[in-house]
Amino acid sequence: MLDFLTLPDFGLGWLDASGPYADIVLSTRVRLARNLQGHRFGSRMQDSEREQIFERVQQATEKSSMLKSGVRLDMASLTPLSRQILLERHLISRELSGDGRDGPPRGAGLILGIHESVGVMVNEEDHLRLQSLFSGLRLAEAYRAVDRLDEELGSELPYAYHHDFGYLTTCPTNVGTGLRASVLIHLPGLVLTKEIGRVLQGINQVGLTFRGLYGEGSEVVGNFFQISNQTTLGKSEDDLIEHLERIVQQVIQHELQARGVLMRDAPAVIEDKIWRAYGLLRYARSLSFEEVMNLLSGLRMGASMKLIPGLSVYTLNKIMIYAQAAHLEQAAGRPLSEAESDLHRASYVRRILATEGDVAPEGDE
Amino acid sequence: MLCDHCGENEAVIHLTQIENNQMSTFHLCESCAAAKGLEPAANVGNLPLTEFLAQMGKGMLPEVSVDAGGCAYCGMRLEEFKQSGRLGCPHCYVTFESQLKTLLRRLHGSTQHVGKVYLPPDPSEASRQERLAGLRRKLEKAVASEDFERAAQIRDQIRSMEAAR
Ligand SMILES: [Zn+2]
Ligand SMILES: [Zn+2]
Repeated sequence: MLDFLTLPDFGLGWLDASGPYADIVLSTRVRLARNLQGHRFGSRMQDSEREQIFERVQQATEKSSMLKSGVRLDMASLTPLSRQILLERHLISRELSGDGRDGPPRGAGLILGIHESVGVMVNEEDHLRLQSLFSGLRLAEAYRAVDRLDEELGSELPYAYHHDFGYLTTCPTNVGTGLRASVLIHLPGLVLTKEIGRVLQGINQVGLTFRGLYGEGSEVVGNFFQISNQTTLGKSEDDLIEHLERIVQQVIQHELQARGVLMRDAPAVIEDKIWRAYGLLRYARSLSFEEVMNLLSGLRMGASMKLIPGLSVYTLNKIMIYAQAAHLEQAAGRPLSEAESDLHRASYVRRILATEGDVAPEGDE
Repeated sequence: MLCDHCGENEAVIHLTQIENNQMSTFHLCESCAAAKGLEPAANVGNLPLTEFLAQMGKGMLPEVSVDAGGCAYCGMRLEEFKQSGRLGCPHCYVTFESQLKTLLRRLHGSTQHVGKVYLPPDPSEASRQERLAGLRRKLEKAVASEDFERAAQIRDQIRSMEAAR
């Protein structure tokens, strides 16, 4: 196991719930896809060419003020558990982690700034995926950070660029700006009022796209949705960011309205739901990850609506990350079967709620 | 659901508009939508690109010269691209330019990049001018939206480029 992973919050600055609307928007991510001139794209590259690209990118990052004192990780030299932990921390993609395959692609790497919430994935679908990750709804800031990094790396590395098509990418769905901005947003009110379908349909029609919390094609757990821009060509970066920001603001307003409706029409049902979720998390002896996520959704809504006094969003964010399988294995110091994992998860959640979320239900008076 | 406009035909186009920060949805039939000059947007949604390419069917990607040879640099053929949805190298964008333009129009509603103008490490005078023009556009926009922090940052970029000449 690598030292950096034992640092308690390595790469987890985005979890601190410091950003605007952090009770509803878990995180904001902006990524830029870039490729190097004179090389084939990822799918058509030999291993040696991939390694060469990783080498060149590492050299360029040494001259970057944002990354030079950062961490450079060669995916192939990490243990599968370490890669899984990076994935669970939202720092690398499933593709880069090599999950579901023999291992990560050759030359796959992650370079992460220590003091800044920016990094680069190397040899993912594109040669470079620059990204920034922030707590809450902070699209403009997140874009600014990754834009700065792009300026630094682009003045060292010759990017593949075409004056009509913009930044050239492996997949034409990313060409132009190469920009994908996304927010991870918690919408239990819209789910409970069954308004979510309409809102998601609306999102699709304004050129945005959505998906569930964990990876492509996976189910939506815990009422979390990732909303991002669909198109990358024909609009400037600032326009894409502003458009997404505007729509997300509206989705937040819809969510708050839905919560208002719920509290007006069925306050007892909602409070009961939230306190039952608390009770289960606080005392259960075995919990699957999906169950934790779905119960946490109730708690997050309760904390956000001030129905559970003294429970912080940061605590809930932490549980989401540390109650995942690889994090539990790392804490246990050994591999865990699924059943063992459920026991360890329940005991972790009990412990953290006892120390950070021991709230007195005011219904006890 | 009936058309919001004529109230007679079945609505097939659902249009979401944003005005004054309000999101509203209109449901229109095909003929009313056509009268308004609306075309159903390519709803790529959460479809993988390869399925989208298959759905586009014939006529979208011109069948012409499919076997007139692939990309001179990486050997990618159009058929391969249709199957994988992934291009082989930057040069593929030149090789398949006409076919890609049709696809990009469907995917993005545009074939022209209007974002950041890239300045390579050893720029030619032409790309330097292109970049300066792009930065000035960006500066105007930042000033217009009163983002002065960003405007100052862009102005510095312009200055350093002009000084480096
Ligand atoms: Zn009609
Ligand atoms: Zn090619």
